[in-house]
Amino acid sequence: MKLHEYQSKEIFARYGIPIPKGRVASTAMEARQIAEELGVPVVIKSQVLVGGRGKAGGIRLAKSPKEAEEVATQILGMEIKGLPVRKVLVDPAANIEQEIYLGITNDRAARRPVFMASAAGGVDIEEVARTNPEKIIKVHIDPLLGLRDYQTRDLAIGIDLPKEYWKQFSAICHGLYRAYVECDATLAEINPLVITREKSLMALDGKMLLDDNALFRHPDLAQLRDVDEEAPAETEARKYDLSFIKLDGNIGCMVNGAGLAMTTMDIVKLFGGEPANFLDIGGGASAEKVAAALRIILADKNVKAVLFNIFGGITRCDEVAKGILTALEEVKPSVPMVVRLVGTNAEEGRKLLADANMITAETLADAARKAVAAAASA
Amino acid sequence: MSILVDKNTRLLVQGITGHEGLFHAGQMLAYGTKVVAGVTPGKGGEWVLDGKVPVFDTCKSAVEATGANASVIFVSARFAPDAIYEAADAGIPFIVCITEGIPVQDMMRVREYLDQKSVRLLGPNCPGILTPGEAKVGIIPGNIAIPGNIGIVSRSGTLTYEVLYALKQVGMGASTCVGIGGDPINGTNFIDCLEMFEDDPQTEKVVLIGEIGGTDEEKAAQFIAKHMSKPVVAFIAGQTAPPGKRMGHAGAIIEGGSGTAADKIRALQAVGVKVARHPEEIPDLLK
Repeated sequence: MKLHEYQSKEIFARYGIPIPKGRVASTAMEARQIAEELGVPVVIKSQVLVGGRGKAGGIRLAKSPKEAEEVATQILGMEIKGLPVRKVLVDPAANIEQEIYLGITNDRAARRPVFMASAAGGVDIEEVARTNPEKIIKVHIDPLLGLRDYQTRDLAIGIDLPKEYWKQFSAICHGLYRAYVECDATLAEINPLVITREKSLMALDGKMLLDDNALFRHPDLAQLRDVDEEAPAETEARKYDLSFIKLDGNIGCMVNGAGLAMTTMDIVKLFGGEPANFLDIGGGASAEKVAAALRIILADKNVKAVLFNIFGGITRCDEVAKGILTALEEVKPSVPMVVRLVGTNAEEGRKLLADANMITAETLADAARKAVAAAASA
Repeated sequence: MSILVDKNTRLLVQGITGHEGLFHAGQMLAYGTKVVAGVTPGKGGEWVLDGKVPVFDTCKSAVEATGANASVIFVSARFAPDAIYEAADAGIPFIVCITEGIPVQDMMRVREYLDQKSVRLLGPNCPGILTPGEAKVGIIPGNIAIPGNIGIVSRSGTLTYEVLYALKQVGMGASTCVGIGGDPINGTNFIDCLEMFEDDPQTEKVVLIGEIGGTDEEKAAQFIAKHMSKPVVAFIAGQTAPPGKRMGHAGAIIEGGSGTAADKIRALQAVGVKVARHPEEIPDLLK
């Protein structure tokens, strides 16, 4: 789950990381009032869950409350990478001497959290990573021990941070690490962390990604999810614990298991079709879940055929078949359905579907061919 | 011969009185696996599966009473890390965790702890392991595989079943089939299994089933080039997947833009591995 900049910075502040005293506005008038209270100049920052906001014109300076209102009006009317801007953060402008990058994420290859810092912070950090990887200092953390003090000094020395800032920097590193651990983040990032002309460090921007699997122990954080920023189908899918990604083709796919779902997409394409979606119904597919999945697939008007590919393990095929039948009664689809069921209790499952006017297939290749043909003739 | 599990495996089932745990314990028992004990805190003293399997409150007491030397975990994600720690502390050397949805930071701590104790973990979020005709630990349907000389290692669950099933259709069997699971942080990896298959006399050929994300397939390719004398056939899922959801700047930095199906296929082909276009092509490539 992605958090907005303002949400991430509020969390950082709780862990003692200095942030600007800004506030969020959803109207231009509010932005003006905040600018009046804070004093100008202010920075008006669009709050959307994509990167590249600055380059898209979604982050701008305003030198008067009136200008703040004008800029906010423009930004609140923008779309950035297809996402409409619904909120802006109004921050007092900082006097920046240097921009530092500081981030922590999971390094799956090392199986440990990795802290990263660079003296070349700011919008081009990914370019730096590509062209000058040595300018990014990495320190791996023992997940049982946590961040050690000396490691924060290693980072500070690695980025040539002047000694006078080491103490502040170390406190910020510890705060960021605690935020990452206690919120079950997969990413906690400050870019840029700035040295101001007033000789202090401040997190001007913030970004956090949270582990969806850990939200059960963070009900407060789960409430921060901004459903306005998601495709409605993805919100609906999450409600039923389905994993769904919309694609541009015309063959809807309902599959159990992520690997098999991707393989089903691959094979549809191999036989000349285009998958309309990735959909993993997961284990224990109940009638309710299958019906929800079918509704989500059929809500896409491009879909000309649906391919069910279910290999039973945890998911028993007779349960899936019952689910499909109940779902068909409820959804009453008008497009052809191709079904392939293999595995635990597959025969019972196939028997249940035999009368339901569905196209059945034995092999994966056969199922893909039939689905492509059905979509082409629809 | 086989790897990791065989007819001498004495299996403990953690979460045996739960819905999935009980169902699959029954399936494993019916397959012929020596299911010697179950653990569910608070249910110690009961017997399940027609009185065939005793239930204990703790792993320690189960191991003492039955000599269990492997464990399979069916408890829910919020309790699974504790179940893994308990099995490891009870001295069980091989733990299979079927549970999906364990938070990744929990898994980083679990993995660090297990490495210090030299305990082998398979999974989490995996279908388990099957040595056809000898033992089934996990949820791989037993009837879709026959004994043979092909070692299978896979990051996927149901996709693994496809491959076993496709092999069986043409009379090909497996020495052992290992589902390592798709989570970012897991226990046993491709290289561990390739190494064991290389050393296993029964295994003559190996099938590797990978998917997009991470760099484990690329590392496996390097290992194959240096250490494998047995032929390897591969399949990589996700060739048509749209570019993954990026994990911010840090994610892009750490993965270095790698992890696509095309990268993995190229890396494997470069070291002489035949890569199937779809799973049902695998039997032909093994001939």
